[in-house]
Amino acid sequence: MGEMAIVIETVIKAITVLAVVAGMAAFATYIERKVLAFMQRRLGPMHVGPHGILQLAADGIKLFTKEDIVPQNSIKPIFKIAPVIAPASAFTAMAAVPFFPEFTLFGYTVHPIIADINVGILFVMGVASVGMYAPLLAGMSSVNKWALLGAARTVIQLLSFEVVTGLSILAPLMMIGSLSLIDINDYQMGGVGSWLAWKQPLAFVLFMIAGFAETNRTPFDLIEVESEVVSGYATDYSGMRWGLFFVGEYANMITVSFLVSIIFLGGYNPIWFIPGGLAILLKISFFIFLFLWVRAAWPHVRPDQLMWLCWKVLMPLALLNILLTGIVLI
Amino acid sequence: MGVKIVKREGKTLKERSYIFALFTGLRVTLRHFLKNLKDTSNIKTISYPEELPKDITPRYRGVHRLTKRDDGSVRCVACFMCATACPADCIFIVAQEREDGVDEKMPKKFSIDLLECIFCGACVEACPCDAIRMDTGIFTFIAQKREDFVIHKDALLKNKAMKGSK
Repeated sequence: MGEMAIVIETVIKAITVLAVVAGMAAFATYIERKVLAFMQRRLGPMHVGPHGILQLAADGIKLFTKEDIVPQNSIKPIFKIAPVIAPASAFTAMAAVPFFPEFTLFGYTVHPIIADINVGILFVMGVASVGMYAPLLAGMSSVNKWALLGAARTVIQLLSFEVVTGLSILAPLMMIGSLSLIDINDYQMGGVGSWLAWKQPLAFVLFMIAGFAETNRTPFDLIEVESEVVSGYATDYSGMRWGLFFVGEYANMITVSFLVSIIFLGGYNPIWFIPGGLAILLKISFFIFLFLWVRAAWPHVRPDQLMWLCWKVLMPLALLNILLTGIVLI
Repeated sequence: MGVKIVKREGKTLKERSYIFALFTGLRVTLRHFLKNLKDTSNIKTISYPEELPKDITPRYRGVHRLTKRDDGSVRCVACFMCATACPADCIFIVAQEREDGVDEKMPKKFSIDLLECIFCGACVEACPCDAIRMDTGIFTFIAQKREDFVIHKDALLKNKAMKGSK
């Protein structure tokens, strides 16, 4: 009976996370268009519903009813399976993310985490990096030079920044001594002053930069930048297959926002009078806004500049940070 | 492959590092965002099909119209000056004799192929009796078939001068 309850609870949690995050991803596209429009002195979507709020429903209907084109010369099974990998890995990564503090619902204590495994952070980063297969397979199977270039760029970018993510997060983990995201969160229980961002500012900045690179956001969006490689790996995709890549990208953005908030900015601990659940929502909202803000403000880098930044600047800094942390800890 | 080293812009180290410029970019976009979030009236965007542009000047060359005499009949005397002046050869006139004694000739057919027309205004310049004008301000013309883009005398006579034109 007890086992059954756990299974039912986990299924309910998984479905809730899937639905809420997919909804947030859809809403984020509307917010993105609106924020970018205001930053560029435009109005953004205005026609569908008040202030264009129903635009996301219209987009959804459009994506679902659009013709699904599979190019004649593509390797069809791989071409069809590739877009599923992107959201699948992004949502699987969320299994180990604690979203909110524990709360009691109808006398039943809910832990808002699907699987409380003691290597949470490792699991999240590992599964998220499996998502690299989606653009890689998509680009290679769609027999198109732009798609192939996009896929090649994806691999160099994601593989390189995987290293920076891992190394930058190592220093905070050395201080905490645990890989569980709940332990990391509990480590910063003492209010704003105990946030890891103050103790590990370099790791915070490095992880943010690597987060932008791993979610393919603007300064590093060269895997699908229109001016160079048309649409990168997604060139030949249409309809909901393309939409799946999109959902995966936004789900990744949300995961990275949660990770940064939990590891460096105190997670779901209450700040002063703000309860913990609201605090983490505010934090991830800020990070989503930051993603959009940076997209409006900054140009993107060249691939060689990206490699220079990764291997010659960020990685040595991350190593130095680990060394300094080690010396201080001893 | 040769490598081209691009020198960084800027005189001082601060300018060459680009770091401060990045934050200036963030500040500018945030300022625009907050300003437009509070009040969208500064945004120049118009929601086009419902709201038409207000900045079409009187000199704007829109779709042609044929002017009328005071008694409401067509002013054109079918002299073929416009068709001759037209560099795109898009004006087709068939003349007929005018029976009511106002003038000697009038157009039986007067058609303009808007897909051929380059809106240069040479026909308006050429017209000796101010019978054709382009002051309607109409900048859109929509049709289902190619043939429908050829507009005939009745439609040309029906076009009105836009407000503000002489």
